[in-house]
Amino acid sequence: MASRYDRAITVFSPDGHLFQVEYAQEAVKKGSTAVGIRGTNIVVLGVEKKSVAKLQDERTVRKICALDDHVCMAFAGLTADARVVINRARVECQSHKLTVEDPVTVEYITRFIATLKQKYTQSNGRRPFGISALIVGFDDDGIPRLYQTDPSGTYHAWKANAIGRSAKTVREFLEKNYTEDAISNDNEAIKLAIKALLEVVQSGGKNIELAIIRRDQPLKMFSAKEIELQVAEIEKEKEEVEKKKPKKST
Amino acid sequence: MALQDVCKWQALDTQGPSPHLPEAGGWAVPRGCDPQTFLQIYGPRLAHGTTTLAFRFRHGVIAAADTRSSCGSYVACPASRKIIPVHQHLLGTTSGTSADCVTWYRVLQRELRLRELREGQLPSVAGTAKLLSAMLSRYRGLDLCVATALCGWDHSGPALFYVYSDGTCLQGDIFSVGSGSPYAYGVLDRSYHYDMTVQEAYTLARCAVTHATHRDAYSGGSVDLFHVRETGWEYVSRSDAYVLYMELQKAPGLEQEQELEAEAAQVHPELATPQDAEEGGELSMEQEEATPEDSRIIAKTEMV
Repeated sequence: MASRYDRAITVFSPDGHLFQVEYAQEAVKKGSTAVGIRGTNIVVLGVEKKSVAKLQDERTVRKICALDDHVCMAFAGLTADARVVINRARVECQSHKLTVEDPVTVEYITRFIATLKQKYTQSNGRRPFGISALIVGFDDDGIPRLYQTDPSGTYHAWKANAIGRSAKTVREFLEKNYTEDAISNDNEAIKLAIKALLEVVQSGGKNIELAIIRRDQPLKMFSAKEIELQVAEIEKEKEEVEKKKPKKST
Repeated sequence: MALQDVCKWQALDTQGPSPHLPEAGGWAVPRGCDPQTFLQIYGPRLAHGTTTLAFRFRHGVIAAADTRSSCGSYVACPASRKIIPVHQHLLGTTSGTSADCVTWYRVLQRELRLRELREGQLPSVAGTAKLLSAMLSRYRGLDLCVATALCGWDHSGPALFYVYSDGTCLQGDIFSVGSGSPYAYGVLDRSYHYDMTVQEAYTLARCAVTHATHRDAYSGGSVDLFHVRETGWEYVSRSDAYVLYMELQKAPGLEQEQELEAEAAQVHPELATPQDAEEGGELSMEQEEATPEDSRIIAKTEMV
């Protein structure tokens, strides 16, 4: 008697799946890659920029958004859904400041976004949000944080994570290369993020968008030139490593 | 369009405060009257007189109050408690209608506890004051009278806020509330400074309340003294107001002030032990402070 109705709206299937939520996760896997890294004194967000059409204004396509002075997020999935979630999160950040007199903690706003997403998995006639989000920031106590939410409404804290297309490849790269040394230096953390993205992004630095938050400082978006500089440094380091190799084999 | 919108069904809002109290304006008044006018003409005349004060200084926040509950010229209770613990790091001095104050403090305790469970930490004193004033302002014009000073210690150090039932929420270093407050302010403004020692602060608070009880008919009984430190609040003492006043009158003159300062520098250790507000058990009352050393220290701030 298991009819196809459980695929159209969010009710349980006989074997315990919420198909709409799973399909939403598939939609996320089609989105462009985003990577987040939690350093000791810095948090980094990097996203793969989709190549824009010739006549399109590049500046209107922003995938990294500030939620408040000390929190920002990147997403993978349906851009329109992300816009709605980001707007609600921004309002909540200010409401929190108004009622509680303190800025939100990163965990609080992540929980809010996750609760919002969960509501849409339990409402009649609504579909879940088709986005996963990486939320980074510093709390008042100066501790850096990185959280990831998914369409089902769960959230977890991560040291480094990737979402979107080729997330698995990037995550494996991060698992191999995320060391205490790599993240203790701000610059190294930034390079790690770029290196991770370069694994999966075509045509190099042009298609990368990067943002960082340092402790007690506001969000900083990297310009294309700054990214190019970092990419050039990475390539130089790679070449030096390559040069050393042949000498060893003789 | 979502099904619940079509059916016009609203999910319960579990995030906002839910005091389960009558809706503002949901009063059972005769037809044709609005609650405000009705209460103004026919409402009970609730008289309120008291002296409470609170001030913040380097070592925390001091809260002191008299203990007389009056109803017109009738002393309803000579030994009431006007300083209410909210949680381990927050006290409230209450003035106005006792019933209103006690009820709203219980509501506040519940809201804070819910937030603590939800967020993993208590809101700051500023947030608590905001919350209380928002809850009270919904009942504005309906004859609620709650004038309270929230005394607490949070991540920003000692914090003091004054909240009134019309929604006023003020931050400050010294507040005195009640019919005896002008007399208390006089004494406080004379001797307050942020870098006082703990004993100086205790003496100043007792002195201010005692002088207010002497002149204000609606204040009297005993003087309660509380201290909020970094480790939590503690109940310092309850002393009879008349006894304290007599000691102040016996104070030596100006020329002995230098001596007394030297002696007062050899300060006694604190007398009370920290209590846990959540236990809500009996508060142990300290013995009356009628010791000779104390009267000398009281006298120190008496100098005019």
